[in-house]
Amino acid sequence: MARKISLKQAVNEAIDQEMTRDPLVILMGEDIVGGAGGSGEMDAWGGVLGVTKGLYAKHGDRLLDTPLSESAYIGAAIGAAACGMRPIAELMFIDFLGVCLDQVYNQAAKFKYMFGGKAQTPVVIRTMVGAGFRAAAQHSQMLTPLVTHIPGLKVVCPSNPYDTKGLLIQSIRDNDPVIFCEHKNLYALEGDVPEASYTIPFGEANVVREGKHASIVTYGLMVHRSLEAAELLSKEGIEVEVVDLRTLSPLDMDTVLDSVTKTGRLVCVDEANPRCSIAADVSAQVVMQAFGALKAGIEMVTPPHVPVPFSPALEDLYIPSGAQIAAAVRKTLQKGKN
Amino acid sequence: MAGITPIVMPKWGLSMEKGTVTEWLVPEGTRIEVGMAILEVETDKIAKAVEAPDPGTLRRIVANAGELLPVKALLGVMAEPEVSEGDIDAYVAEYVTPAADEGEESDASPEMQRIDIGDISIRYARRGKKDGIPVLFIHGFGGDLDNWLFNIDALAEQSPVIALDLPGHGQSTVRLPGTSLAALADFIVSFMKALDVPQAHIVGHSMGGAIGAQIALDQPERVASLALIASAGLGDEINAGYTDGFISASSRRDLKPVLEQLFSDPSLVTRQIVDDVLKYKRLDGVTELLATLSGALFGGGRQREKPGLRLAETGKRVLVLWGREDRILPVEHSTNAPQGAIVQVFDQAGHMVQMERASDVNRMLGSHVAG
Repeated sequence: MARKISLKQAVNEAIDQEMTRDPLVILMGEDIVGGAGGSGEMDAWGGVLGVTKGLYAKHGDRLLDTPLSESAYIGAAIGAAACGMRPIAELMFIDFLGVCLDQVYNQAAKFKYMFGGKAQTPVVIRTMVGAGFRAAAQHSQMLTPLVTHIPGLKVVCPSNPYDTKGLLIQSIRDNDPVIFCEHKNLYALEGDVPEASYTIPFGEANVVREGKHASIVTYGLMVHRSLEAAELLSKEGIEVEVVDLRTLSPLDMDTVLDSVTKTGRLVCVDEANPRCSIAADVSAQVVMQAFGALKAGIEMVTPPHVPVPFSPALEDLYIPSGAQIAAAVRKTLQKGKN
Repeated sequence: MAGITPIVMPKWGLSMEKGTVTEWLVPEGTRIEVGMAILEVETDKIAKAVEAPDPGTLRRIVANAGELLPVKALLGVMAEPEVSEGDIDAYVAEYVTPAADEGEESDASPEMQRIDIGDISIRYARRGKKDGIPVLFIHGFGGDLDNWLFNIDALAEQSPVIALDLPGHGQSTVRLPGTSLAALADFIVSFMKALDVPQAHIVGHSMGGAIGAQIALDQPERVASLALIASAGLGDEINAGYTDGFISASSRRDLKPVLEQLFSDPSLVTRQIVDDVLKYKRLDGVTELLATLSGALFGGGRQREKPGLRLAETGKRVLVLWGREDRILPVEHSTNAPQGAIVQVFDQAGHMVQMERASDVNRMLGSHVAG
């Protein structure tokens, strides 16, 4: 039965149901247990934003509080996965990936390939991404392109509670390493989510709004900014189609190409920095595979190629807005053939 | 006002609050016959033509294409030629869109309710009048109560109406009380008892029709009358390509062409319909459950049980409706209806005849239920 819960609750429920279903699922991270058993504290903190609160009480020592050493515990999670467990490791912010990158890109991503397909690494690294949280340059990055670049990793970045639960359960059941990117500014977003467990397959983009004049291809928080743009544009008689990629690796180019073939115009919206971004990747693939369908040059809407500013005023300017996206759509409509 | 008939935004399904006028199909001044398609409306679920419930002349188009309006909003005005333009102006100016059905939002009459029958939680909707023998809608294999989107509210105007999600379907628990028609029929009777419904006019679609027929055989006192729509249980063949495809499709790309087989007009299969079915099919256990049920009832394209062929012995009033272009269950099965049954075959309709020819189906169900 579906009822409204937040994206944060959807993460919690997915982990809870999978830990209940499969005793091999364990959860490790910084401060996920912290506080439990101490004076005056009845429950665990559930991580820095309390996403996994309540799980320690239910699943006890299958939740492991780790030292402030990502290189140690992300490595331990990957090792446990290679030995048959199904660990979920919480990397508090994706910005901390630097100190454990070898474990992720040289080990987890490579095992299946280097051991002739005989090794599996069913680990999920859950991590917060994105700006808008007043957390400055080292806690606000959208490093999705960095992990998408590495073959052997699967990369997920959901935009709503329904997709979050289904994609996280799929991630936990998947036999490959998955980087599961949770946008911190979407945790409070509510939506209809079934109580029962369900999965959403990787590599299936979602057309969240249908339109005929231009396609917007995006993911994560930018889905909502793109929908704002679509609302603005519809008042001008412009109907845009909005494609939510949902998973960046594997990437559902078929849905993107179908949409571009229908509309002839493409705007790629990405919260990551522009160089070598998801937007750049999708744009290149569309040009290679559907050049003939394009009626005008592709537009990209991204932040500028700078670190996320600490100044709140500048941070707000940094993140692409609905108005900026709408302007890019108008620009592509003014160009090219009709 | 005398001689003026409003055309209003229809309510298609329990969750519909608003709809968009996509296109007027006839210009002002057109003489409208009952059942004529007047304009197209699109909701977040489906796009469909609004058919005239009454005759008249279309005198005024009030809502323009592209406008998003609440249910019961005034879309246009029909009137006889003798009604003056001034009267129509006044009618349009004074028209107030009625609020959504009273009590709809309140706890007393929630849109959807649940009840536990044994270890299975059933989602159902109860609408319409309090008194009288209720109409009980039973959907088909893989369906849910939204299959009656265009029928529930129409029938609710004359009778109490109940529609449920079968066990393992829609938003009911993913569990079956058994895989025979007898087990499913027995479950429906338990559901009726739990709702304090001693007897119902049973309207079943596809597999739901076979369940209805089984109830009429096993517990005839529970059945006031029977309406079988594109019903299973009246013949041998069933399109295994459809049932197997429905079970195995796991992506939108695979599922859409499967669902298109249900309709004469495949454009009725919107993105929303495909998404809703996918959301259901992706629940843990659903694929296995559907495969088990399909294997037991109609594995290999052959129906195991045909309760519809024995209905004559029940003496119940039976209505049989079918779409001529049904690609799931052949329309020829309608000729196996029991003697004395009213049989109607509709052109330009596929397996989902209750959606594609909703007005006609509702009219026939209405008079069938009224006796």
